[in-house]
Amino acid sequence: MGSSGYAVVAERVHKRFGETKALDGFDLRVREGTVCGLLGPNGSGKTTAVRILSTLLRPDGGRAEVAGFDVVHRAADVRRSIGLAGQHAAVDEVLTGRQNLEMFGRLYHLGGRSARRRADELLQRFGLAEAASRQAKDYSGGMRRRLDLAASFILAPPVLFLDEPTTGLDLRGRNEVWDAVRSLVAGGTTVLLTTQYLEEADQLAGQIVVIDTGRVIADGAPEELKSRIGGDRIDVVVRSTDELARTAVIVGRACKVEPETDPDRRRISAPVGDRVSALTEVVLALDEAGVAAEDIGLRRPTLDDVFLRLTGHRATTKEAEEAA
Amino acid sequence: MSTASAQTLPNRLRWAATDAWTITRRDLNHWVGQPFGIIVTLLFPVMLVLMFGYIFGGAMSVPGGNASGGSDYREFLMPGMFTMTMAFGLEATMTSLATDAARGVTDRFCSMPMAPSAVVLGRSIADMLASALGLVVMIACGLLIGWRWHGTIGEALLAVGLLLLLRFSLLWVGIYLGLVVKSPETVVAVQILVWPVLFLSNTLVAPETMPGWLGAISEWNPLSATVAATRELFGNPGWGGGTWIAQHSLLMAVLWPLIIFAAFFPLSVSRYQRLSR
Repeated sequence: MGSSGYAVVAERVHKRFGETKALDGFDLRVREGTVCGLLGPNGSGKTTAVRILSTLLRPDGGRAEVAGFDVVHRAADVRRSIGLAGQHAAVDEVLTGRQNLEMFGRLYHLGGRSARRRADELLQRFGLAEAASRQAKDYSGGMRRRLDLAASFILAPPVLFLDEPTTGLDLRGRNEVWDAVRSLVAGGTTVLLTTQYLEEADQLAGQIVVIDTGRVIADGAPEELKSRIGGDRIDVVVRSTDELARTAVIVGRACKVEPETDPDRRRISAPVGDRVSALTEVVLALDEAGVAAEDIGLRRPTLDDVFLRLTGHRATTKEAEEAA
Repeated sequence: MSTASAQTLPNRLRWAATDAWTITRRDLNHWVGQPFGIIVTLLFPVMLVLMFGYIFGGAMSVPGGNASGGSDYREFLMPGMFTMTMAFGLEATMTSLATDAARGVTDRFCSMPMAPSAVVLGRSIADMLASALGLVVMIACGLLIGWRWHGTIGEALLAVGLLLLLRFSLLWVGIYLGLVVKSPETVVAVQILVWPVLFLSNTLVAPETMPGWLGAISEWNPLSATVAATRELFGNPGWGGGTWIAQHSLLMAVLWPLIIFAAFFPLSVSRYQRLSR
């Protein structure tokens, strides 16, 4: 590990694909033994950052170190210190779970016997012992991701990169993967995970870094970030845009903050402290004023809210809505 | 955990060989884990032999053959079918590489401290083994339907060597295309394109029977050189054309694969290195 106390350091990293600037002066510091959530919409540069840090891509400019080794000049040392679980479960679907781990173990140069022993340990640890002799194509999505995680953890590397580890998983699969990640973190592994879900970063990470168009726009503990966007929110959707202004005043008075108005969705949105009392007050106030709302609801802040707050523009709308 | 630390040259070569073998074993495990795949690969050419040999065979006359159609055509056909089996291997190579790239398996390999050459080397060994097995099945199939070699054992082995040489050169075409397309779906396009290349050769009919310009293209088709040379070595009826290329098929059956290899090996290597840029 580096003497700096940081497992991952990136300084002014640039990467360009043709005309597109994927990373535009990307800076990052992740302390040893912590989990950092790299949060951003599709195309923000998250994956490019992970690919550079895991030696799959070379940066055009800037400098990056992982586990104390420069990712360009000491790539071989970096590869011995990291595990990577990408956006796809990068396992061989025809091979069984055990065969997969054994193959990757051999490729990590453990030797046949150690590779087999390590495979059995990891199958046990990631709850796949019973499915060990089944082909990976017959695994559920969550099981496949756990196998993928196990493969990235064969050398028990000090640094793990997880690129959107739960994208495409159902709730159960997501929880399974989260538990597996937590158990690795408890063992002292430094984890850098990218995600489109605020909730995922919140669940796992002690540090959240928000990235937009190849640049870091916020960096801090989840609590700091959430206090900046204001925790839970109340949404009021009105029937016609004419009622937006009047509703905003009512909601603002009930929640004691300046609410945000979204004319496209005919929506007034405000952060709330106490969920239930805020809901009651808003409903009563609207009723008294005779405003007919189409929908009123409480929700957790989404990536969209984070982006709206930090950048003034929305994250890519489609994914963000799915995440919400 | 201990890993190979000393980066001396003999050490690196040893790991390159070990890693390549690990990747090869992965494919052998595929044969066991998905026997249907390898069985279809092995039996598809056999089906084509039966189709061409018995459905079309009766209507074919072989240049220089004494009897018309039937068994003579099957003697003529088999070296073409051997060569075709080698050409089909191209798709297998391409599909495996494209699938690995699409699933992120290639990325995983590249992020590991393994020998970078092993991915490609292991693939080559596995695919050559599969093609050699395919050739054995085809030779057995040929013998069953009355094909024989009439020359010496040495000549027959040389013919097998030429077939494997062609496969080896096409391996690098497959690796290059597999790295370029990056999606298994695109492989279908190549699967379709293999057919005109196959028909535009002396595999199934003599180029002399085609219009002049088409016949010339067919004669210069790299597959034709291997087919003609193996027909000669096995002592099977050939197409007996009088052009320079027809007279020098043995030379061309060595030259063409070398040219293909010389073109596609560096392309594949640079493409593979470019994956990380």
